Amino acid sequence: MIPPWAVWGLAGLILGSGGATVQAAEPPLVVDLSRHRVEITTGFSGTDLLLFGALEPLHGHDSPDVVVVVRGPALTETIRRKQPVAGFWINRGSARVEGVPGFYRIAATRPLEQIAPPALRDRLELGLESVPLRVSVEEGESDPAPYRAALLRLMRARGLIEDGVGEVLQPGRRLFRTEVHFPATVPVGLYRVEVHLISHGRLIASQETPLAVDRVGLGAAIHRFAHREAGLYGAGAVLLAAFAGWLAAWVFRKG
Amino acid sequence: MQIYLPIAEMSVDVFVILGVGGGIGFLSGLFGAGGGFLLTPLLIFLGVPPAVAVGTGTNQIVASSVSGALAQWRRGNVDVQMGLILILGGLVGSGLGVLLFRWLRRLGHIDLVISASYIVLLGGVGGLMVVESLRALRRARAGGGELAPRRPHPRRWSDRLPLKIRFRRSGLYLSALLPAGIGAAIGVVSAVLGVGGGFILVPAMIYLLGMPTAVVIGTSLFQIVFVTASATFLHAAINHTVDVVLALLLLLGGVIGAQIGVRIGAGMKGEHLRGLLGLLVLAVAVKLLIDLLLPPGEPFSLGLVSGAGA
Repeated sequence: MIPPWAVWGLAGLILGSGGATVQAAEPPLVVDLSRHRVEITTGFSGTDLLLFGALEPLHGHDSPDVVVVVRGPALTETIRRKQPVAGFWINRGSARVEGVPGFYRIAATRPLEQIAPPALRDRLELGLESVPLRVSVEEGESDPAPYRAALLRLMRARGLIEDGVGEVLQPGRRLFRTEVHFPATVPVGLYRVEVHLISHGRLIASQETPLAVDRVGLGAAIHRFAHREAGLYGAGAVLLAAFAGWLAAWVFRKG
Repeated sequence: MQIYLPIAEMSVDVFVILGVGGGIGFLSGLFGAGGGFLLTPLLIFLGVPPAVAVGTGTNQIVASSVSGALAQWRRGNVDVQMGLILILGGLVGSGLGVLLFRWLRRLGHIDLVISASYIVLLGGVGGLMVVESLRALRRARAGGGELAPRRPHPRRWSDRLPLKIRFRRSGLYLSALLPAGIGAAIGVVSAVLGVGGGFILVPAMIYLLGMPTAVVIGTSLFQIVFVTASATFLHAAINHTVDVVLALLLLLGGVIGAQIGVRIGAGMKGEHLRGLLGLLVLAVAVKLLIDLLLPPGEPFSLGLVSGAGA
């Protein structure tokens, strides 16, 4: 005997999937990455990933635009500001900024202004100026604007964010690809890679694919040990240093 | 050749770090000052997060001071008695220093206090050492090798303090309270400023205690071993800011540099050594003063909430 709720549930499932087939029958957008994991090894000095995909060309229209956004895990940063006090430049103001993408790259087939109207850019957070940052000034004057600008400037200097829009290449009407560079300073965590298909200022389809940035090997083991067995790690660090000092003194006495 | 640092979470050039470690080790072997006041800013300049630079810096100085102290020990240049009393005072002082730091931070202006005390201390100590060694050199030249009086004040107020001890290695007979007090004062300074304190300890032992220069360097290295060992342990256990990979690279260069420093130092005159250390300390003070007075190119700085504590 099938309980009535199961029948309703099954019906809902069929109806739901039936509704989705209108779009899902021919997925307008398929994307993938050359790797879904960036491994930070001891020799890590940055890496490049290839993002590629295919799209379903629309009938009668010219081919839609592709926008790719890669963003790192959201961080909370404290930013300090030096100000003159009695002629001395010292840290006086500070602000807490929440929702800072630890990494941000965007690439598109054309300049963003030509692809999407401001409202859509803000909704999809296309471009750094559309990424909402919650700046709360903790000390000093209350204008958050200089803190926001400074944060972006400092992260740009570290190579974590880029203002420029990278190039999405379209070798044919259906294919596209772009390269994303990860510098040696990339924060670890789960990244989000979003691909949007936009035509005449309207969002047609979006695809998301995960990307993990992880420490592996000896470096990962050291990091884990330092955090889990902090006391033991500290004692080991001291002993290691003392031993190295003793060894050097001994070697030099013989030599 | 690039290597990724697991705690600092960045990748650095191995040879740059080896060079930095070697340079600091050389200075530490030559002067007996730990070099922490130079190493930490250098690491920050290379892009290492400040908290990791401080924690790892102390770890590297453990190695170079052990190496330097052993080399001095073999020459019989360590006054263990004096060193132990300085360490005891230092432990009390660093406890007081941590409390003082917290109190100053509550009052605000901790940044100004730190910057100003750095400049006053480094400038004062460096200036004094340069002036004194110039005077000693001139005296030596004019008097044709006439020996300077070891203790200019035959009877001081400190001679009336109780608990007098004979320090055989230093050839001194004075109250244990005096080195204990100096140790405590340096403990306070090193806790507030986050440095080993060698650059204050060395002149304090020479000018306040009247110890012979040869013994001063060995004894200061002996004291620095213990101070930096406890600091390294605390940084690692509480703040997770000691990067052993970075420390190993630094100390690989550092221990070699320290040995070379000790050798060259052994062949140099005390006045020359003191004068050079004075100039170095003075240069750092001037650099800090300029940084404080000139409008900075980038007035904003970034600090991750997790990790970089104070």
